[in-house]
Amino acid sequence: MKQIRLMVNGESHELSVPPWRTLLEVIREDLGLTGTKEGCSLGECGACTVIMDGRAVNSCLVLAAEADGKQIVTIEGLADGDKLHPIQQAFVEHGGLQCGFCTPGMIMSAKALLDETPTPTEEEIRRGIAGNLCRCTGYTKIIESIKAAAGNTEEK
Amino acid sequence: MAEFSVIGERLPRVDAREKVTGEAKYAADYSLPNMLWCKLLRSPYPHARILSIDTSKAERLPGVKAVVTAKDFGGWTWGWMPATRDEPPLAVDKVRYMAEAVAGVAAIDEDTAEEACQLIRVDYEELPGVFEPEEAMRESAPKVHDYVKNNISVEYHWNFGDVEKAFAESYIVREDRFRTSRATHGYLEPPAILAYYDPTGYITVWASKQSPYFHYRHLAACFKLPLSKVRVIQPFIGGGFGGTKNDSLAGDFCAVLLSKITGKPVKYVESMEEELVTSRRRHSMIVYSKMGTKKDGTLTAIHHRVVADGGGYTAVGPLSLYLAGFATTLPYRLPNFKYDAYRVFTNNPIGAAMRGHGITHTRFAAEIQMGMIAEELGIDPVEMRMQNAIDNPKPGTIYETINKVTLKTCGLKEAIQKVTEDPIWRDRNKTPRKEGNISWGVGLSGTSYLGGARQMGHQACAAIVRVCEDGTVNLITGATDCGQGSDTVLCMIAAEELGIKLEDVNIKRVDTAYTPVDPGSYGSRVTILAGQATQKAAREAKRQLLEAAAKTWQVKSEDVEIRERKVFITSDPERSMPFNKLSKIACYSGTGAVILGTGYSGYGLEPLDLTNGIGNGGTSYSFTAQSARVGVDMETGKITVTDFTIASDCGRLLSPIQAEGQIEGASVQGMGQTIYEDFIMDRGKTLNPTLLDYKMPHSTDIPNIKLIDIVTNDPDGPFGAKETSEGSIVSTPPAVVSAIHDATGIWFKELPITPEKVIKALKEKL
Repeated sequence: MKQIRLMVNGESHELSVPPWRTLLEVIREDLGLTGTKEGCSLGECGACTVIMDGRAVNSCLVLAAEADGKQIVTIEGLADGDKLHPIQQAFVEHGGLQCGFCTPGMIMSAKALLDETPTPTEEEIRRGIAGNLCRCTGYTKIIESIKAAAGNTEEK
Repeated sequence: MAEFSVIGERLPRVDAREKVTGEAKYAADYSLPNMLWCKLLRSPYPHARILSIDTSKAERLPGVKAVVTAKDFGGWTWGWMPATRDEPPLAVDKVRYMAEAVAGVAAIDEDTAEEACQLIRVDYEELPGVFEPEEAMRESAPKVHDYVKNNISVEYHWNFGDVEKAFAESYIVREDRFRTSRATHGYLEPPAILAYYDPTGYITVWASKQSPYFHYRHLAACFKLPLSKVRVIQPFIGGGFGGTKNDSLAGDFCAVLLSKITGKPVKYVESMEEELVTSRRRHSMIVYSKMGTKKDGTLTAIHHRVVADGGGYTAVGPLSLYLAGFATTLPYRLPNFKYDAYRVFTNNPIGAAMRGHGITHTRFAAEIQMGMIAEELGIDPVEMRMQNAIDNPKPGTIYETINKVTLKTCGLKEAIQKVTEDPIWRDRNKTPRKEGNISWGVGLSGTSYLGGARQMGHQACAAIVRVCEDGTVNLITGATDCGQGSDTVLCMIAAEELGIKLEDVNIKRVDTAYTPVDPGSYGSRVTILAGQATQKAAREAKRQLLEAAAKTWQVKSEDVEIRERKVFITSDPERSMPFNKLSKIACYSGTGAVILGTGYSGYGLEPLDLTNGIGNGGTSYSFTAQSARVGVDMETGKITVTDFTIASDCGRLLSPIQAEGQIEGASVQGMGQTIYEDFIMDRGKTLNPTLLDYKMPHSTDIPNIKLIDIVTNDPDGPFGAKETSEGSIVSTPPAVVSAIHDATGIWFKELPITPEKVIKALKEKL
């Protein structure tokens, strides 16, 4: 067992984890933050995306031990009380979700993108979410949502 | 005043907030104290006799609480129809496809359950397998099931008009062989269940089911319980698209049985690899299409002979093959039609339903063949379609096909016209045809899909509208929103009928202990049937409210109206009160009454005619015309799809954001099955069992999509609505394939059109 400390959504957690336990398992099962989803478990679908020290990562591919001392933001950490984060608000208004299973990961990838590139081009948006599969929307309304969140509402 | 105040508005989904905050709980997100984990042992062979199973070592592993095998289910089997109940929860005497489940384990955690599965010893006698449906039909082929002849699981022979005479009199007759891909749904949420069989003999499950009332009946039958003791509580569903999440799975039955044995809740979450190798995927169909036309391109006859890879069990196969046939007489006038269909058992995973169910295969074949004939005759493909397209029936009249499919509205001609006026088609010869290695092409399709599916029974579908004393409303239905947006649409229908706002209506998810029975989410039926039930229930609640208003004002109730939360006398709108005040009056009127409206759908009640293929498969029919622009790299064979323009006759869009999302999503899914997606199989083994190797479209692959709305206002649907989304998964493959033909001069007849196939075909052409 390894002792680790994670800062998740601004809260500090001391945990004792086996070396093979993934960050995703810790987030979902130990911390009960089930907003982060498990899809493929192989880093292909992006449903488990969280932000670790400012970068979007597939939490199924990160060992909890590797995340020791890191700052983690999950989907639960975005809204400010009742007030949705602008990206969440844009997804709501522009229909950027359907079944909702890819949505938390998609929004975290969008946040990492906009934190780095506040006014991305459409090409940059497409690339920014290229690691997140969505089977429902065909991506069109997700791209529109991210554009709207970036304040970049020009027609493509 | 506008015709509607809620219908047609660009309102967000009612569940959007829960989904963007991560609060929405899916089946795998539920846990209970003392919960055990279930894992399954799956077969390493596609076809083998089970000689013995020894679970003793697994049972002795610390942390293992119970192990189940087929014998624990007492020989119970299930299926879509009484005659096809050929599938047990766990394989009994033999396994019929690779990774079929053989045993289930419950343990204190997932790792222990998995370890225990490895300790189960199964002695198999490997049997010769059969993997191609046409080979499986031969007398000498290995038998997958003994109860049928020549492995034929479903067989139909329908005949309308006189195709032989029509072919003899035709100017041109073409015969081609088409094949559709081994595509799957590709939702990101693997199937999951949390089950608790409590000591009083009551089953409660939280399961990812898009048709929870199927599951409810399966569990009652399997565990010999009355339906009133089976409670399916529905979590959010991470995508459905038919097939797997319509059915019950080995993991579901095992989790419930293991809970019964251990007295503890049991959770089962499938891995994505298990999902991909066992999913009840779209059938791969071979379509022999024979089509005749006159010299001017008028269709004279179609004969389709379909051979479908059914895999190891029947599942919903009888419906798949029905759908692949009955709608071939849409959307073009067809005086003669013959259909010979065979669904064949093989040792592949099970073929079942997927969005665009059945119709996508035969319509792909017929559309491409029509393009080939237009080319041979030197007729413009648009003209050929316009000339054959069914006209929009005049209001009050019905168009009937030769197999008695009836239409009250058909917007195909208008859709084709709009798509051809759009720049993608109109300017197709003004843009460069070739740039470097890239050859550009534009294609077009015109197709149809059913809405408001019928089936063999269990068609009952109801809604309850409960008006609270503060003017808010609970909408209670048995319908399932698995992502398509139906909860939003149903709330919009209730709000429109009651004259209130969308935010006044609350809907909760299915709980079979409290919600009225409903068939489920398939065949684009929810908006039409549950929508009609909701409309009727809201009207009934409104009638009760208007009576209370009329009594208060001493007028007749037909003189009172409600709009935008305001109740008023139509002849004297100044005499009014807010909706919440009327609700309070009505609820406290002294009669003891509760304002409760109930309604049920009257659509789709006649059972399907599977034997003869006569009559409707749906309540109404959507029509879609689509153009696609593609670039084909003539060196590498890579296809890039840059544009779709899709004109959809969905009757009327009730919730435009949701409908657009459905059409866009389905067209991208259709693009995947046209150029990327295919399970690569080697003697029953799936060689690409991950999302890395089974290629679905990413954000970087998708075209610009332009949508055009054709309003036909069908009389058989709430506010004129028909179906949306299954139309565009049917229209996309032929539009893309004809664009590829335009770019390369090659008609591809087998999906998906991978770069390897393009290169091979280009070399052969030289």
